[in-house]
Amino acid sequence: MPELLAHQLLFVTGKGGVGKTTVAAAIALLASEQGRRTLVCEAEPKGDLARAYECGPTPFSGRRISDDLVAMSMDTEASLREYLRVVAKVPTIGHIGPVARAFDFVATAAPGIREILTVGKLCFEIRAGRYDLVVVDASSTGNVVGQLAAPTGINELIRVGVVRSQTDWILDILGDPVRTGAVLVTTPEEMPVTEAVDLASRLASETPVHLACVVANRVLPELFGRSEEQVFNELTRPARLDQIAGELGCARELVEDVLAAARLAVTVRRDGVGHLERLRAEISSDVPLLYLPYLFARSYGLRAVRQVANALSEELVT
Amino acid sequence: MSRPESRLGSGSGDSRAAQDRTRHLEQLLSAKEIVVACGPGGVGKTTISASLAATAATRLGGRVLVLTVDPARRLADALGVGGLGNVARRVPEEAFAEAGVRPKGELYAAMLDMSESWDALVRRYAPDTETANKILSNPLYRNISRRFAQGHDYIAMERLYELHEDGEYDLLIVDTPPSMNALDLLDAPGRMAEFFSSRLLRWLIVPYRSRLVTLASRPFYQVADRILGSQFLEDLAGFFILLQTMRDGFVARAEAVNRLLRDVRTTFVVVTTLEAVPAIEAERLIESLKDRHLHLGLLVCNKVLPGAFSDPPVGRTAELLGQHAGELAMSLSSDLPPDPASKNRPPSEMVGRVLDEVARSFANFRLVATREAELLRELSAAHEVTATVPYHAGHVTDLGGLLDVGAKIWGDDAEEPQRWSEVRVDRSARVRGGPAPARAGRRGPDDVPQREKEPSAKPVRASTDDELSEPR
Repeated sequence: MPELLAHQLLFVTGKGGVGKTTVAAAIALLASEQGRRTLVCEAEPKGDLARAYECGPTPFSGRRISDDLVAMSMDTEASLREYLRVVAKVPTIGHIGPVARAFDFVATAAPGIREILTVGKLCFEIRAGRYDLVVVDASSTGNVVGQLAAPTGINELIRVGVVRSQTDWILDILGDPVRTGAVLVTTPEEMPVTEAVDLASRLASETPVHLACVVANRVLPELFGRSEEQVFNELTRPARLDQIAGELGCARELVEDVLAAARLAVTVRRDGVGHLERLRAEISSDVPLLYLPYLFARSYGLRAVRQVANALSEELVT
Repeated sequence: MSRPESRLGSGSGDSRAAQDRTRHLEQLLSAKEIVVACGPGGVGKTTISASLAATAATRLGGRVLVLTVDPARRLADALGVGGLGNVARRVPEEAFAEAGVRPKGELYAAMLDMSESWDALVRRYAPDTETANKILSNPLYRNISRRFAQGHDYIAMERLYELHEDGEYDLLIVDTPPSMNALDLLDAPGRMAEFFSSRLLRWLIVPYRSRLVTLASRPFYQVADRILGSQFLEDLAGFFILLQTMRDGFVARAEAVNRLLRDVRTTFVVVTTLEAVPAIEAERLIESLKDRHLHLGLLVCNKVLPGAFSDPPVGRTAELLGQHAGELAMSLSSDLPPDPASKNRPPSEMVGRVLDEVARSFANFRLVATREAELLRELSAAHEVTATVPYHAGHVTDLGGLLDVGAKIWGDDAEEPQRWSEVRVDRSARVRGGPAPARAGRRGPDDVPQREKEPSAKPVRASTDDELSEPR
């Protein structure tokens, strides 16, 4: 099992809303700070990556975030144009009229075309050696399997031509567990964990990409140990509430509210632990499970990326 | 024992607003025939849709159908219908009886089966059975119907149209698929129509139909042959030729679906949480609905922290508790048994630790609650009717749970005041026009202990909403 940051291509995925972008941005930040030339790519150009780094737009051509870090957004049409120019050696797209439009159009319907333009571009960056690591803020659960399975599908559909030979080396990169891995992000909640477990098995059965690690994001801190909780329960008895209220010189209801808030925190944390146990039990035991804490401070932006990166680097060391 | 309304941020002004919301919702769901729930992924759209449907069936009557795309068994279990499929199932009377209500109407639930719905469409629009079978068995078609993510949006809208046409239900509530962009949904019918009428499609398949490579398409085929191989292109073209046979049906249908979404009988409900990223997406969605002149009936903010977290008097009490943890621990532990885990340590040590932890945890959650309050203020400024559904750690596991959530959205669950510590779901629903959420400064948890240097006298309990925002 190679160390996470030693991979060349990482697809970060998970259910919508679990913090994929922040985790992808944090992985890329960490890698770049270790001196690895890193490209981070947003597969669905919604501007989330730009928000995470608090930088301007991240175009297909890339935006340099620091010396060793470049951020970009996927654009299948631009990818096609680059592909035609660089790989298929078609001089300029302008001369062949609406080919790009036609392709974009075909890609809307034909299976795998858009997907392979995405995956192909990322693999190409690896192959060209411009970057040591490419981190992909990949599509959410629903689409990522299609994306990663596309090269295999196309390889089966298309028997000849340039594409056929292209898919061969793409598959070599995707299927190599030393070079390529998927990072599955989830939160300690019911649906995200269920989807993560489901996605892990679909990745294994339908795609060539191996699961590098599972990240449990937004894990709440443990409030009390067992004996502390007994003390806490004692404090919530009416007589104790009155006692505390008397000492502090405030209304009993206020004290009750404060303790009830702690009770909620304990309950939420406990529910989360249950879901994490299910996650651990259902994911193959040789896949590492990393825990990232819930951030009570600002929940997105560069500061959040920084905090997640710090927590992640601690997790990677241990 | 009940508590004054104001402590939860739902004082008299607020309950008036809640009454307004109840009336608004009843009017909305009585007047509209279609409710489309949309919003970012992971915010609980499915639960909110099912809650709205269950509550409408219970209170307003009629035949109500909730159409979900969520394949989780949880919802089916909660509704007591066993399994969900393309065919609607009626939620049994017993489920309502267990929840202690007698519904005025009937509740049905169905799940959207993508491949099945696509197949049904093909059968309807193919010119004959033979063509239909050819399309259905085409490998490209199987691929598209399962994977074509944008198609899922279309299918959801298409099924909605079909159910509405059938006229079997008085109210249809649809929970939408998690698209890459919530707005895709709105454009899906238009794109589908465009796809089939596109000149590009015809241009693409002409050479394979006529076997005459026209001048216009030659360069494309030269390139395409080289890249994809002509066999694949021919397969593709063959498939498109088959698809063309369904064109007129599809185009007319997509246009009809589009009209229905814009129809006066349709309304949209935007669901979001008060986290930064989903809130941004919800805001974009609201703007976009406005741009398209689509009717936004309601904004639901889900999983909102209990109001007490952002209630200044409660916050001050938590701070006091933290500051005086040591003294409190001494007096509280005088009659406590010693810590069984470490008999040589005085019990006061552990009590102090627990109190510290309670205060720190409160400060953490208060920070989140404050941020939520600000986001709620910004979001609800964009729309007249906003409902909040409080965070509940327990999951909705039965119809009663769904109805509880529905009551939060309705805003009229306040008949029996309960302490928020005792109820599974808190009532802290606020509407625009209610109290301004308390706005504390953005401080890190670490700042909190220094906030009140002088442990001021008894915190005054806010008795009106205005006092909630009094300066400290």
